[in-house]
Order: sequence, then structure tokens, then C-alpha cells
Amino acid sequence: MSRVILLALQVLVAVATLALWQLFSTVPVFGKVLLPPFFFSNPVDVFSQIVKWFSSGVIWKHLAITLWESILAFVIGSAGGILVGFWFARQPRVAAVFDPYVKMVNALPRVVLAPIFALWFGLGVWSKVALGVTLVFFIVFFNVYQGVKEVPTTVLDNGRMLGMNERQLMRHVYWPSALSWMFSSLHTSVGFAVVGAVVGEYLGSAAGLGYLIQQAEGVFDVAGVFAGMFVLSAFVILIDMAVTVVEKRLLVWRPAAAARD
Amino acid sequence: MKGPTAVALDGATVAFRLADGRVYTAVEQANLSVDQGEFVAIVGPTGCGKSTLLNVTAGLLKPAAGSARIFDKPLAGLNRDAGYLFQADALFPWKTAIDNVAIGLEIRGTPRSDALARAQQWLTSVGLGAFAGRYPHMLSGGQRKRVALAQVLIRDPKILLMDEPFGPLDAQTRQIMGNLLLELWTADRKAVLFVTHDLEEAIALTDRVVIMSAGPSARIIGDWRVTLPRPRDIAEVRMEKDFHALHREIWGMLKDEVMKGYVQSTQAGAA
Repeated sequence: MSRVILLALQVLVAVATLALWQLFSTVPVFGKVLLPPFFFSNPVDVFSQIVKWFSSGVIWKHLAITLWESILAFVIGSAGGILVGFWFARQPRVAAVFDPYVKMVNALPRVVLAPIFALWFGLGVWSKVALGVTLVFFIVFFNVYQGVKEVPTTVLDNGRMLGMNERQLMRHVYWPSALSWMFSSLHTSVGFAVVGAVVGEYLGSAAGLGYLIQQAEGVFDVAGVFAGMFVLSAFVILIDMAVTVVEKRLLVWRPAAAARD
Repeated sequence: MKGPTAVALDGATVAFRLADGRVYTAVEQANLSVDQGEFVAIVGPTGCGKSTLLNVTAGLLKPAAGSARIFDKPLAGLNRDAGYLFQADALFPWKTAIDNVAIGLEIRGTPRSDALARAQQWLTSVGLGAFAGRYPHMLSGGQRKRVALAQVLIRDPKILLMDEPFGPLDAQTRQIMGNLLLELWTADRKAVLFVTHDLEEAIALTDRVVIMSAGPSARIIGDWRVTLPRPRDIAEVRMEKDFHALHREIWGMLKDEVMKGYVQSTQAGAA
């Protein structure tokens, strides 16, 4: 399938979906509106809501807050994951002691932590960051741990025979290997940073996309809920595209076929 | 002009503790010496502990008994005089060809620009001058071996240890690599310990062929001098009469060990 046809079909799906949505929510079929506006709104209302947000400029503040929370969650969670991942991988005894607790915390659905974080860190940015960190940390941690553990013995022996000391092995062997594993999960960890921020906002905040959706829901403004969802999707897709660009640059040394997800 | 012996293994025995607690003796009482500038091959059936012996010489393994001496000094820790060409791919996949070669100098403290210049020279001398910016996965198996060779040689080790370095390559590439190796070796005559299971390759390349018995508890059971004139061409030397005579003589001994090794490997597989 050529690119043009593919793109045309992709656009067609969107147009058809929107057209059907608009049709069933405004035109009665056999005297009955299949998608009552109270529950489903309609594309025109949703679109005008989005336009209103952008033209009045209120949306930028919320986008900026969500972006900032996501970035903080990603950076702090990654830094923690890298540190602990390295530490556990190089100290198997420490890893063995903490293993059940790591599994326990990781098994916990993070949403239940939101109330505690709200108590600890207040309703501002930091409770959302904390929620995102608990999500990002484990993904990065597991990948870095694996990356350090999975360095092939031959490559390690080669480094030693070439005269590397422990510090140089760390820099030239363990570190790149761990980073490559971490980067291969970049889409997941960045995605979870956003999830943490938005869910946190939804559960209690004064700004952000999650707040916007929650507010709309509170007054049964379905158009507002859908508009928030669309803006959020576009936001996530843009971030994901940025990650793809970064990833291509960072993992240039890896064969495409062997790329992990 | 004979200096100290480059490698001297004296009664080296290597044993591993298996998962079930039993002790597996890989190599028993191996005596082996390699003079400076001498090219020696260790040949034996699969799984006989040839690589084990090489790892002892490299300092990656400690012998359970016996000793290893490098230039008349007992070996403690890693062998800093040796360069090791591994059987498996050992290049750093996240570094380009030139960075892979330069790293050996960089970690010694050579300024990066100097290291890169020298690395470029080495890449050129292994025929990969135009491939400096490629990552290992963009190179063929033979090209990766060339990079690995340059990576080891740039550090100018006094001893070169090679563990079936051309094993995974196809027959023609092996010949080309063999000739390249001989050419590079002729330039400064390092002591070389070359492990292979290919007797023809061993005779074509080396000054001495050492035969090991089938494992476990493999021993060195034969030691032949190869007096074929140098310089040699790997492909052409195989046509010579002396080559055939020597090959027949060594093969007479090696054949039995290869069969023993084969039987053992099938039994181990059944167990």
C-alpha cells in the first residue's frame, strides 16, 4: 500500500467516525436520537469547545502544567531507576534482600497511592510528580537492572583484556548497555509519566488537563470531557513523536530488526 | 637472541565445580611453552579445553594446580602483556568501528585525537579504512573480525591469544583473514597462541602445532614443529608435499581423539 493511499484511508476512518457521530447525535432515526447529546455531545460542540480553549488561551496554562509534571516525573523516576538499577545489578546480595519488596510495591496499583501523595505533597504539582515517579521508576529500574545483567561475558572479558579498570568498564560497557535497555522502553516510561500526571490531576488538583476533564465531568459537560480527551491524545502523540526522534538518534548503533519494545 | 619464554604453563590443571557439586577437570597437567616471536596452534577435538588453556594464559581463569609464567614472571590477575581475540563477537556494539579500535588507547590516557588517528591507520591496515563510522551490526562477520583484530593489535600486546577467531567465517573469508594475520604477524613477530579445531589451518599458519586429547581431563599429547618455509600463502601452502606429510602424521593421532570426543559429546547429550 502506498503512503498516499494509506494516509487517505486513515483520514477516511476519522471522517467517517465523526460523520456518524454527528449524524446519530443530531438526526433522529425512526423518531429517536441514538446518541443523546446529554451523554454523547457531538463533534461540532466538542470542536467549538477546543477552539474556545485555544482562542481564549486558557488551555496553555493547563498544558504547561501537565507537561511540566510529566517531565519532572520522568526525570526523577529515571534518575532513581538508573541509580537503584545499577546498585542492585552490581550488588546481588542487596538485590536478593529487597527483591520481595520491589515486587510488592510494583504489584500495587499506583492509583491507590494518589490520596497518600495528596496528603503528603498537597494538591500542587508535587503529588502528581510523585505518582508519575512511582510508575516511571519501576520501568526504568527493571530495564537498567536487566541491561547491566545482560552484558555478554565476552564483551566484558574483552573490556578487561583491553585494560579497562572497573570505572572504565562502568563507563564504556555497563552504562551504554543499561542505557540502551532504558531507551528501548522510552515510549512506555514517557507515556507512564503523562499517565501519572493526568490521573493525579483528575483525582485532585487546581490545574492541568486531568483537572480540566474532571471539572467538565463535574458539571456534566460531556463536550468538555471529550474535548479534554482529544487535546490529551494530541498532546501524548506529540510527545511520542519527540521520543521517536530522540530514540532514533540515541539507538543508532542498534540493528533495527533486533530493537526491543 | 633468544629472550625469556613468552608463555610457560607448568603442570596447569583447571577444574570447575559443577552445579551438582561434582568437580569437573577440564585440563590436566598441561605443560606448554611459547617462545618470543613463535606462532603456536593448539588443536584438539571440540570441548577438549583448548579455550580453557587460553583463558588461563590470559589470566581470566586461575589454574587449580600448576603455574603460568609470562616472560618468566608468575601470572597474577589478568595478563597485561596479552591481547585476546575472542571466538564470539566481542566488539562494543554501541561504538563505531573506529571508536572500538581507539578505545584500547583511550583508556590508557592517550588523547582522543591521537587515538583516533592511530585507529584510522589500523583500520586501513586491516582493509577497513572506509568503514570507520560503521557500527558493528552494519559490518559483515569477516569485517567485524578485522575490527576486532585491529582493536587488539593497536595496543601492541607482546602476546596474542586467539580463540578460534575465524571459526564463524566462511571458507574463503577464513583464508583471506589467515593471510592478513600472517602479514600483520610478520611485521613484528609477536608470540601467538592460536586455538583451533581445524588442523589444516593450524599447519598453514604456525611454527608449532600442539595436540590435545579429548576431555574431560584433557592433556597435551603431541607437539609438532612446522618447518614449511615462510612467507606462506594459506591457500597455496596446502598443496605442498611437506604439508600433506605433516598433516597425515598429525591426523593419525588427532583422529582417535576426535572420535573419543564425539562419542563423549553424544553420551553427554543423552544423559
